[in-house]
Amino acid sequence: MSVDPQGPKVGADEWVARQAHRREYLPSWLGDAQRRAERIGWWPRLAIAGLAGLALPLLGLGGFQLQVGIDALVIALLAVGLNIVVGWAGLLDLGYVAFFGFGAYGYALLSSSQLGANGIHLPYWLSLPIVMIGAALLGLAVGLPSRRLLGDYLAIVTLFLGEAFVEFTNNVAPSKLGGPNGITGIDPIQAFGVQLLTNTSYFYLLVIVLVVTMAVLRLLEYSRTGRAWRAVREDPLAAAAMTIPVNRVKLSAFACAAMVAALAGTIFAAQQASVFPTDFDTPILILIYAGLILGGTGSIAGAATGALVVMVIYDGLLRSPAEASLLFYGLGLLTLLVKLRPWRRLAAVLGATIALGFAAHAIAAAISSSAVATGPQSSGWLGDGLRDWVIVPANPQTAGNVGFVVLVCLAITLVQVKGRWRTILLVPTIYLAAFVWETRLVVEPSITRQLMIGAILIVMMIARPQGLLGQRRVEVAT
Amino acid sequence: MSAVLELDRLSLSFGGLRALSDLDLQVGEREVVSVIGPNGAGKTTVFNVITGVYEPSAGDVRFSAQSGSAESIAGRPPHAIARLGVARTFQTLRLFMNMSVLENVMTATYGGTKAMPWESVLRLPRARREEREARALAEDALSFFGQRLAGYRWDQPAYSLSYANRRRLEIARALATKPKLLLLDEPAAGMNPAETHEVTELIGRLADERGVAILVIEHDMHVVSGCSDRVVALDHGVKIAEGSFDAVSNHPAVVEAYMGRHPEDLAGAE
Repeated sequence: MSVDPQGPKVGADEWVARQAHRREYLPSWLGDAQRRAERIGWWPRLAIAGLAGLALPLLGLGGFQLQVGIDALVIALLAVGLNIVVGWAGLLDLGYVAFFGFGAYGYALLSSSQLGANGIHLPYWLSLPIVMIGAALLGLAVGLPSRRLLGDYLAIVTLFLGEAFVEFTNNVAPSKLGGPNGITGIDPIQAFGVQLLTNTSYFYLLVIVLVVTMAVLRLLEYSRTGRAWRAVREDPLAAAAMTIPVNRVKLSAFACAAMVAALAGTIFAAQQASVFPTDFDTPILILIYAGLILGGTGSIAGAATGALVVMVIYDGLLRSPAEASLLFYGLGLLTLLVKLRPWRRLAAVLGATIALGFAAHAIAAAISSSAVATGPQSSGWLGDGLRDWVIVPANPQTAGNVGFVVLVCLAITLVQVKGRWRTILLVPTIYLAAFVWETRLVVEPSITRQLMIGAILIVMMIARPQGLLGQRRVEVAT
Repeated sequence: MSAVLELDRLSLSFGGLRALSDLDLQVGEREVVSVIGPNGAGKTTVFNVITGVYEPSAGDVRFSAQSGSAESIAGRPPHAIARLGVARTFQTLRLFMNMSVLENVMTATYGGTKAMPWESVLRLPRARREEREARALAEDALSFFGQRLAGYRWDQPAYSLSYANRRRLEIARALATKPKLLLLDEPAAGMNPAETHEVTELIGRLADERGVAILVIEHDMHVVSGCSDRVVALDHGVKIAEGSFDAVSNHPAVVEAYMGRHPEDLAGAE
């Protein structure tokens, strides 16, 4: 083989690699900042994030905010664990939340008056290893039949196992597991004479546990085990030909993920002081997945960040109508700003939307006063600003329902048409979206939350498919 | 010369289809044996049986990890066979596309290392030593290709490599399993004439410098004539000729398999 004395020539592959690398970064000074941040090692970055997390309660978070933070941290811990099995080993595990439930119920049984005459009240340093080892064994047990299942089959079988856990806790041994009434009166976390009683202390504990778990997983990611997990994701046949026992590696991924989930479960149960079967049902699973996908599947930092973002939006902001409205209009405006080019088109659409609103409101008010009887249901300055723009009739519920159906039809039409018609149709669509929001959605947080998370994920898929902190991946058809 | 690999009356059927029938084949130490044959002759199937992807319907596959200690590997799982010292590349490239070049090669050291996950997390001595050795082994395997897979490419994802470099990376990855026998499935497919020539040299160097026995499937007759100690021709799962390149390439059965029968012969047969 000839060795080129001038070093390698720049070939097409090299060019493609450089381009792909460049596209990972934001333009201008933001990209420079990104590059500089990347030059810092992983553990100083994690330590800084952890210290920032620990400093948060010092800002004087209220009871509600602290509870949102705790829930977000629990989901973040779960997402980081789910990343092992989904992001690294590439196994679509939809029964993951059962391990969370197993951890919570395991801790509950070992730290309450549920079992025996006086109950069992183990210290945390004893109950935690028991529960985690139990979860790992359960992970192996679930993994054993699942290891030969691929893709869709694995997903549906694990989903079934996850649902089976809910049914199990609902129906089996009600005197011990409490049935639908769950287990209450669970001890707080206690070890070495210390008891964690306040929410602030649980917040601190969760930040520390999350940071330590992330550090452990980072060390694992670039070790023998982590490489084997990712190799199995990339190509099981090639992995087997390269000395990797594929089935055993898959099982170890299941077990490790189960242990992280159980760890999260114990803290969750201790902080809530109660566990119910519904705490471990599909909605939680969806939140964990939403966080993982938003943050970037395969990235530890991405999984944690994504889960925190999803939970703060879902549990925090979208609970109060004022903040939910800000988020709704803010995200809508941001999407338009980013996606509408050239700026003349953007200005035309925004101008036309504003004009359409005031005109429609004036006409509706002139025809019948009941058509604008109810003001916008957003509160504060936003509601005041929208008072003469958006029509909210006397019976907002019915109008909102009809508007919602029309909005869906309009949105579908909008996707079908092209060019000028799309721009023109965009104006009534935006206005109708605002109408539906003000009449109906803003006062229905339970529905709105789901829709918003879905919308955020769709926007993310279009703007940055690899997630917030994820790496772009190529899919190879085999 | 003692045989590293020995196929003994190897047969494989898929239902009624006989993919391989009574195939005998030996590969000696440091020997380069080429397998040729038209499309569908069963060449890749032989590789799949040797590496444990398929279990033979009849016959045996014997492999000697140390000289003179042949053992049957038929029916063992692929990873166990790979650990014994049988490494392969794939006709359709099967790299770990989203992992870096260096990681691709380091992954193949899995079978040669023992550190458990907790040892890796706690950075215990054994894990640290193995990691160092794995990296050294990977760098050594990559350096075999000189500037082609030089240092600056190590941290790039495998998908950023050119086609020829992907083929080289597959060979480097196979080398990292410390093989005794290397199975190369069309290493020159999709390469230009200069790169094809490089592959011929490379196969010779692999046998000489790394001391591996090589079984290679190749359609490019320049490569086959340039690198082989012996050539085996297959057609419809049956061995139709074996010997030196010249002998096999002029063998009437081989000519017939590739070209069909001569019209005059066909007329005579009627």
